[in-house]
Amino acid sequence: MTITIFVPRDAASLALGAEKVAAAITSEIAARGIDARIVRNGSRGMFWLEPLVEVRTDHGRVAYGPVKASDIKGLFDAGFLSGKAHPLCLGLTKEIPFLRQQTRLTFSRCGVIDPLSLEDYRHYQGLKGLEKAIAMPPAEIVAQVTESGLRGRGGAGFPTGIKWKTVMEAVADRKYIVCNADEGDSATFADRMIMEGDPFVLIEGMVIAGIATGATKGYVYTRSEYPHAIATMSEAIGIAREAGILGPSVLGSDHAFDIEIRAGAGAYVCGEETSLLNSLEGKRGIVRAKPPLPALQGFLGRPTVVNNVISLASIPVIMDRGAAFYRDFGMGRSRGTIPIQIAGNVKYGGLFETAFGLSLGEIVDHIGGGTATGRPVKAVQVGGPLGAYFPRALFDTPFDYEAFAAKDGLIGHAGITVFDDTVDMLKQARFAMEFCAIESCGKCTPCRIGSTRGVETVDRIGRGIEPDKNKVLLADLCNTMKFGSLCALGGFTPYPVMSAMTHFPEDFSPVPLAEAAE
Amino acid sequence: MTMRNSADEIAQRSRQIIRGQKHLEGPMLPILHALQAEFGYIPDIVKPVIADELNISRAEVHGVITFYPEFRDHPGGRHILKICRAEACQSMGSDDLADRVRQLLGIDFHQTTPDEAVTLEPVYCLGLCACAPAAMLDGEVYGRVNEHCLSEIVGELGR
Repeated sequence: MTITIFVPRDAASLALGAEKVAAAITSEIAARGIDARIVRNGSRGMFWLEPLVEVRTDHGRVAYGPVKASDIKGLFDAGFLSGKAHPLCLGLTKEIPFLRQQTRLTFSRCGVIDPLSLEDYRHYQGLKGLEKAIAMPPAEIVAQVTESGLRGRGGAGFPTGIKWKTVMEAVADRKYIVCNADEGDSATFADRMIMEGDPFVLIEGMVIAGIATGATKGYVYTRSEYPHAIATMSEAIGIAREAGILGPSVLGSDHAFDIEIRAGAGAYVCGEETSLLNSLEGKRGIVRAKPPLPALQGFLGRPTVVNNVISLASIPVIMDRGAAFYRDFGMGRSRGTIPIQIAGNVKYGGLFETAFGLSLGEIVDHIGGGTATGRPVKAVQVGGPLGAYFPRALFDTPFDYEAFAAKDGLIGHAGITVFDDTVDMLKQARFAMEFCAIESCGKCTPCRIGSTRGVETVDRIGRGIEPDKNKVLLADLCNTMKFGSLCALGGFTPYPVMSAMTHFPEDFSPVPLAEAAE
Repeated sequence: MTMRNSADEIAQRSRQIIRGQKHLEGPMLPILHALQAEFGYIPDIVKPVIADELNISRAEVHGVITFYPEFRDHPGGRHILKICRAEACQSMGSDDLADRVRQLLGIDFHQTTPDEAVTLEPVYCLGLCACAPAAMLDGEVYGRVNEHCLSEIVGELGR
């Protein structure tokens, strides 16, 4: 029987040498005349173990990692094709604690299947949600999504069902589904992993959104920094068209739906939905004032659902297993699961999908295992460049939209960057302002001018020039940006700045006079 | 590559490319990506061609091109090296790495080496945040980039 070996094609795996590993395995198979095939799967999301090579055995898939091309000969000699022992052997993949502790609903297939095999996709419950949705009236699909409690996973946390209802009820000649795959937040890679590891689930989610709202065209707007995701997604769209999942008659029904993929061009602000719509229309990515809501006047002035990749990729499981099944996970008003991305200076970095409610400390210390450098954790930034820095004192905060808001933070797209005790929080506050200045679209004054004044003010504090007065000024500037900016870029930049200044005052103290005099 | 192309040839080729994309809804970004893929940058002389084909003003075309950091208004080096400068990479020492690469290449960000071998660009996140610091060379990605790995990458530039 043909032996199946899995070598991931996820960009992070490739960045760690997966291509060389796959090539070494191919030549070893040929040299030894073994009947084996290599499947290029997505990543399981355990990046300290990548490239993670798996072999299918009678007992299940056995994992080896992190594997280098130079390890391959030794692995074959040790009998890894039958799951035999080797210093790199991690045992059965599903028993690895990092995976075993997760609740994988959205990422159930990611890293398991060949991302471009519809046969694999169907075998692991793919298209069941769409088949059920086709048999339902649109209003019932929307009701299911509303009841599931799903909130926008891009960061804003707006109830997905309500957005869909607005578009469904809008009257127009054309409506659109726009997938926001412009995942620019540092510490986040969940969208990328889905597009590279299970693209059909995103396609399925978009088709369901189309059927529910009466939209017939979808766009995936992603980043030019994600060439691998673009390639896999494009190929998947072609396969879905061939199979009749996309096209004039979705799975033989009366519904038409098609998808196009579009790439941005390096502008972070295009992750903001109105800026994204302008960019998609071919304009400068300038933020639009709301109202009108994109749900009523979005792409080309037509009613448009703009949803994050993870929101859309969570729809198929909700339709398949039911709203109640999904809603039963989580806490408070944060229902279902959230793919937490643990990144930066962390021992066990990766993607951990779990129900809402784990404490930040559990995530960073127990699941993430502390820092990669082995030094104490000083701060973690939750929610990307616009998220707050949390000190250890706030590690009891549960991972929940409202709980983070109550501590002047946000969960955003659920990325966590870990920093050890060598980090200078004044420098991080400065970077937040600098990043805002670089990426500001320029439409509103608090963001455009405020960010540059912010950099200057932080610099004065750093140089010990009237530090007390400048700290008051910086707080006042943050207040203006928070309440006066048009979108989250200027409006949320105060989160990292103020949290750094509030929780780490020691880094904002005056430096000795000798240096300050320079 | 542009050396061999006269202004007329560039304009003509641009028109072909634009006509291949203009049926799309919101064709501007796909057109600009295609032009940059063809010429390595967006030559000034294609702006009026785009404006003419899409029936918009040259000012608007110029405005769009200059909004996006990805689009270049002059040719880059034979290789484009991007170093991630965002927070997750910072937490793993990307600032030092950036200093080192500037030193190795003898140029700053947004500059090209005198032999035109490589252009150095900053990038704000490659989505490789759990294997930081990260870099990208002509679409090839690298994770956990250290001094050794960096020297290897720079060595591969053929200079």
